[in-house]
Amino acid sequence: MEKVGDYDELVNLKATELRLGLPGTEEETVPCGKSNKRALPDDTEKEIESTGKTETASPPKAQIVGWPPVRSYRKNSIQTKKNESEGQGNYVKVSMDGAPYLRKIDLTVYKKYPELMKSLENMFKFSVGEYSEREGYKGSDFVPTYEDKDGDWMLVGDVPWEMFVSSCKRLRIMKGSEVKGLGCGV
Amino acid sequence: MALRLPSKVLEHILSFIDSNEDRNSVSLVCKSWFETERKTRKRVFVGNCYAVSPAAVARRFPEMRSLTLKGKPHFADYNLVPDGWGGYACPWVDALAAKSPSLEEIRLKRMVVTDECLEKIAASFKDFKVLVLTSCEGFSTDGIAAIASTCRNLRVLELRECIVEDLGGDWLSYFPKTSTSLVSLDFSCLDSEVKISDLERLVSRSPNLKSLKLNPAVTLDGLVSILSRAPQLTELGTGSFAAELKPEAFSKLSKAFSNCKQLQSLSGLWDVLPEYLPALYSVCPGLISLNLSYATVRMPDLVELLRRCSKLQKLWVMDLIEDKGLEAVATYCKELRELRVFPSEPDLDATNIPVTEQGLVYVSKGCRKLESVLYFCVQFTNAALITIARKRPNLKCFRLCVIEPFAPDYKTNEPLDKGFKAIAEGCKDLRRLSVSGLLSDKAFKYIGKHAKKVRMLSIAFAGDSDLMLHHLLSGCESLKKLEIRDCPFGDTALLENAAKLETMRSLWMSSCFVSFGACKLLSQKMPRLNVEVIDEHPPKTRPESSPVERIYIYRTVAGPRMDTPEFVWTLHKNPEIGVSRLAIK
Repeated sequence: MEKVGDYDELVNLKATELRLGLPGTEEETVPCGKSNKRALPDDTEKEIESTGKTETASPPKAQIVGWPPVRSYRKNSIQTKKNESEGQGNYVKVSMDGAPYLRKIDLTVYKKYPELMKSLENMFKFSVGEYSEREGYKGSDFVPTYEDKDGDWMLVGDVPWEMFVSSCKRLRIMKGSEVKGLGCGV
Repeated sequence: MALRLPSKVLEHILSFIDSNEDRNSVSLVCKSWFETERKTRKRVFVGNCYAVSPAAVARRFPEMRSLTLKGKPHFADYNLVPDGWGGYACPWVDALAAKSPSLEEIRLKRMVVTDECLEKIAASFKDFKVLVLTSCEGFSTDGIAAIASTCRNLRVLELRECIVEDLGGDWLSYFPKTSTSLVSLDFSCLDSEVKISDLERLVSRSPNLKSLKLNPAVTLDGLVSILSRAPQLTELGTGSFAAELKPEAFSKLSKAFSNCKQLQSLSGLWDVLPEYLPALYSVCPGLISLNLSYATVRMPDLVELLRRCSKLQKLWVMDLIEDKGLEAVATYCKELRELRVFPSEPDLDATNIPVTEQGLVYVSKGCRKLESVLYFCVQFTNAALITIARKRPNLKCFRLCVIEPFAPDYKTNEPLDKGFKAIAEGCKDLRRLSVSGLLSDKAFKYIGKHAKKVRMLSIAFAGDSDLMLHHLLSGCESLKKLEIRDCPFGDTALLENAAKLETMRSLWMSSCFVSFGACKLLSQKMPRLNVEVIDEHPPKTRPESSPVERIYIYRTVAGPRMDTPEFVWTLHKNPEIGVSRLAIK
């Protein structure tokens, strides 16, 4: 790699050079092979599973401020539209009691409940127990619930899949004592 | 023998010279030319509101009728400049109200404008005609109402992508019933619904109205009603384009558009349902400019629309157009001058960006007049860049955003150096360039060597060392604006090319390795540069060698500014005083 000093042959920059240091002292020009690019924030990332898409996906990348360079005005317009229109993915937040941070999954990649359950189980490393209409989820400490458009917390699985996808605002995997009120029979 | 041109003759000659670049040159010839020029300049452009004081501008140009001002640096668009940095319009309006009462036009970009400021404009300039605010903020709809109600001869009121505190749609009703002078109205960035009857009446009594851009709250019904009252429009921004699909709604819309025989420019189209697009077909053959960048419409529907736009010169669209759609553009839109393709998923996570380098190659091959490109995609190849450069040596503006930082040529795994070399070398008239992808210092050597007419350069996540900056500052002769983020250079190249900075409007550097000590030194040695360190942590608390988060350097004859917030450190010229924040609250 060329050293910074090479171009001195063409132009005498020393005369106009600004350097840090007292006038009259000579400094070795340090070859600027100084380390390299700043790592992207949180480059070394997580061993976490994919976001639930059926194809293999790389771990979610950390967001960089101001990148890609799209104006907020435009980003906001697109965001609202994405959330509204069909076939464009319906991302909902998923929280699990006791887990330190939330995940997001795209409900539109699943066709029915078992697929969704399996993905959640993989994501958070738990088992959900067996579902029955009468008794809810049996055989596990964990119960998947969701908040619907009316703001009510419902048990996942009670309504037909399509209705669930269109009314689900977010998911919460409840655990332990809170679970009792949903008739899970534990 | 008097060889001087009589000033009356010179004045007459100058009346034919509009371009400010030319007038600037004229003013440098000699004192009398300077005097004659300054007394006759009507349109003044100030590219950096802190480069000169408002009083000085008013003094120099006593016949000023139109002022254009720009405030924040461009990277403010991407949230890289913290709120409160500056760019206030008030001091300008105050000074001009006193010294230039005949001012008729004000155009502001990226500035902070308050309601008081707008009220002052309305009250101070008797013959005020034109207000254009682009990417501005700080005002509410009350300020707009003041302009509407007071400026009797208002011709142009445009709010382009501003952040406005929306207190409701009443502002529209403040246009006096007697006002008939409106030529252009753009309120597309406002949220609130305006009373459609007010809008109908305003439009009906404005025979000169040529350009109207509605906000998304205006429904299709409203649009139909407006269009029927303003068939003379040449520019239209629609409101929301979604509605229940009734057959009579469609035919009414279609008829309304077909009556607009002079329509040349179309935008808006938020929420557009593909079923309504055919209503536009009648205007397509006459369209010169089409902004579909907010329309989430799929490729087949886009192609059906675009293949009818044979006169199209400017197309803004989302990447939903896909390579195939761009191939159609290349086939049908032979007059295309400007293409912008925006990402529908502006995320690093986006996996499915449906355009690739091939789309841009199609358009470069098929559209001979293409001269301006803004293109977002995930990855690129050198071969594609080389083809684009070969086919389109007439490119003037080339902004490529490869969304994946450090992405190499995905076919060869090499940096994109060769590709950008071809662009710099082949496109001799290139004035604006944004680079991306994996780039070594070599890429910048080529750019420095060949891109002699480039005035604005944007760089992110590129280069290896100080050489990259050195190549640019020592090579690009016409460079006026340089903005760089996340690149690994330090102090050396910056300090060695300090003199260059006075020939430029501004230099922005963020997340690079420039030290606080270098900023201090630069500031002390270069009295006509303002060196602003924008950092939440006071630089004094860290060693001089530690890198600073953001630096904004610009030439100025106004000295350090007095309105800096806490997080901006304007390095004082006097080294004894050291760092200070010159702030007057």
